[in-house]
Amino acid sequence: MDFLFITQQTLSATIGVNTIIFALAAIGLNMHFGYTGLLNFGQAGFLAIGAYSVAVPVISFGLPLWVAFLIGIFNSVIFALLLGVPTLRLRADYLAIVTIAAAEIVRQIARSATFNSTLGGSDGITGKFGADFFALNPFKSGLDTPILRFSANDLWVVITGWSLVAFIVFIMWIMVNSPWGRLMRAIREDEDAVRSLGKNVYLYKMQSLIIGGVIGACGGFVYALSRQSVQPDNYGTALTFFAYTVLILGGAARVFSPVIGAMIFWFLIVFIEQILRQGVTNNLIPDWLIGANQVSQIRFMLMGLGLMLLMIYRPQGIFGDKKELALDAKA
Amino acid sequence: MTRSLNLLGLSLPAVYRSALLFIIAITSPFFLATPAQAETPTKLYGVVTDSEGAAIPGVGISVVGPDGFSANVSTDEQGLWEVPILSKGGFSATINVDDLPEGQALTDPQKSTVKANVFMLGVDLRLLFPIGPGVAKASLLERSAQLTLDGILLGLVIGLAALGLSLIFGTTGLTNFAHGEILTLAGLLTYYLSAIAGLPVLIAAPLAVILGAFISGYLQDRYLWKPLRRRGTGLIAMLVVSIGFAIFLRYFFLFIFGGDTRQLPQYAGQAGLEFGLVNITPKSILTSTIGVFFLIGATLWLLRTRMGKASRAVADNPALASASGIDVQRVIRAVWILGAALASYAGVIVTLNQGVSFLMGQDMLLLIFAAVTLGGLGTANGAIVGSLIIGLFIQLSTLFIPTELKYVGALIVLILILVIRPQGILGKKERIG
Repeated sequence: MDFLFITQQTLSATIGVNTIIFALAAIGLNMHFGYTGLLNFGQAGFLAIGAYSVAVPVISFGLPLWVAFLIGIFNSVIFALLLGVPTLRLRADYLAIVTIAAAEIVRQIARSATFNSTLGGSDGITGKFGADFFALNPFKSGLDTPILRFSANDLWVVITGWSLVAFIVFIMWIMVNSPWGRLMRAIREDEDAVRSLGKNVYLYKMQSLIIGGVIGACGGFVYALSRQSVQPDNYGTALTFFAYTVLILGGAARVFSPVIGAMIFWFLIVFIEQILRQGVTNNLIPDWLIGANQVSQIRFMLMGLGLMLLMIYRPQGIFGDKKELALDAKA
Repeated sequence: MTRSLNLLGLSLPAVYRSALLFIIAITSPFFLATPAQAETPTKLYGVVTDSEGAAIPGVGISVVGPDGFSANVSTDEQGLWEVPILSKGGFSATINVDDLPEGQALTDPQKSTVKANVFMLGVDLRLLFPIGPGVAKASLLERSAQLTLDGILLGLVIGLAALGLSLIFGTTGLTNFAHGEILTLAGLLTYYLSAIAGLPVLIAAPLAVILGAFISGYLQDRYLWKPLRRRGTGLIAMLVVSIGFAIFLRYFFLFIFGGDTRQLPQYAGQAGLEFGLVNITPKSILTSTIGVFFLIGATLWLLRTRMGKASRAVADNPALASASGIDVQRVIRAVWILGAALASYAGVIVTLNQGVSFLMGQDMLLLIFAAVTLGGLGTANGAIVGSLIIGLFIQLSTLFIPTELKYVGALIVLILILVIRPQGILGKKERIG
């Protein structure tokens, strides 16, 4: 077994591009679910909106990239409003079903042949829509050390991405420790009590949905830019579920926990995958048990099992406070 | 996570089957592949058949690929065409629609070009062009009649699964995201019992329902959900547990079964019967009739039997029901078994009509949720009404919108109805908050 390679791959993934994407998606969910108690199962839709908003204006309409970012934020606000108006008055499980349906609508429209010319159909969009962004890249060569390895472009994405995460975490920290943040938590714990104080709960929930959605869309920006392509099927319900896993792993209703959760999540995924892969190729694991193509399936099985066990035995996650978040305020 | 490759290739008869399979195909990251000998060059191939399954010779297929690769071939007497390729990359094959005989056309005119990504040499890729009776030929009346029938059949399948979900939700409050996997398990059991163990399908199918009810109902409740209820795990926590369980099961099924869609050894390519305006296969008639009896039986159970009444009492107020001497855990167990049996039967119907794949349940799950929500969460009749509406709407909407967007239409209707009537069609007002 090549332990150096495993270490390199695992550590690079732990602070890599995917970690940034999932951290952003989970920070958005933390706003929705952790602080306001909204069971949003359509976070993948927000990421898809962000990703397509970066790619489509640049590729199909020839707009500059910074305009595309503004369009992406605008679109995610609109999407949040569209989701929120019918559902925020409903009970938590209705919200879950409607948001999951809405995210699926976004994906199916994006992949449909009907809008092939602008949205690229099931193949998505691949092209140099991030050229403006990578033109700013000061790194001429990538990083290649025994423990970390990034290409020049990835290095630039990782550095800007973590800066973005740091900025958003800072804003989140200010927000949730303000009177506004305390009101959000009060809504999570007891909506009716907040209503009796004369607050417009509906409006506050909408604000939460919009803010979390915009943060999710930022995750979509990173997703699209880092790969220079947008594939509709990457934005399925599984993305939302994994973002929840990240959030619950770290512990909901803690500012830093989505970031730590994402790092642990990707550390475990890549580590387990590399170990299994090496085990299979070096014939340490017999072929009848796990074939070379079945490694990623084992990985997903463990992920599902992990989510179950986590929820059963430690619903507050690694850093969460059980007292703060009973996870059942709405049920 | 970046894998996304789709070979939309389906040549299955009734519209609703190909519809569901369409979703299976577009969401599946896998493709139909047959391993070939390493020394033989890789080829793209396919068989062009008409709606009755007969080969169509002399149809031109042109293939283009990377580095200016291009080839033109025609199908032979068996309808077979093949193009050997030497390099990896993205290929696309286009069928010459003008070569098709009178009365035959692509079921989806948009799909005259099929894409294929060759990742690995030595693995032959099979490309399918779904061909059916020319769509333009059928009159609006005929199409509406056929789509109505297909919609009712689809609604029935959704309804069987939705009733179980709704009953379980009603008595335990669990929003079960792993409900779709009950369908998949039953489908896999049917496949294993018939294709591997060699039982006739007519015996394998009921056996799969019984096994499904036992495993997905009795065992699942006993070893997973009952202990969680004992622990006092909250409803949202249980919802997340069910998501984890669904992910685990889905990839477990993929692990043991593989990513392809497989047909049962019997009745796979059954010819349809003409009844006036509509066309229906005998197996559809049989399975749907039994399905209707199943639904009626379940409703009677709820309305007439002691256990059924007790289950409604538990749904209404568990504490009061318990205080009046009802064994709540026993009622919940019964509801789980019934719900799992209904969903298993839905899985058997889907398997019989369009084959089984590990994604089968997941693809149905959103429709099931939509139906239950539309009818009103936790109401038994609402689930059935909601399912019929969803089924009919999905099929009939294809008269006006592209087939590939029909699920979008159904989901938009779900959201719109929730705006106007948040409690669902038959739901009680108190259920929302």
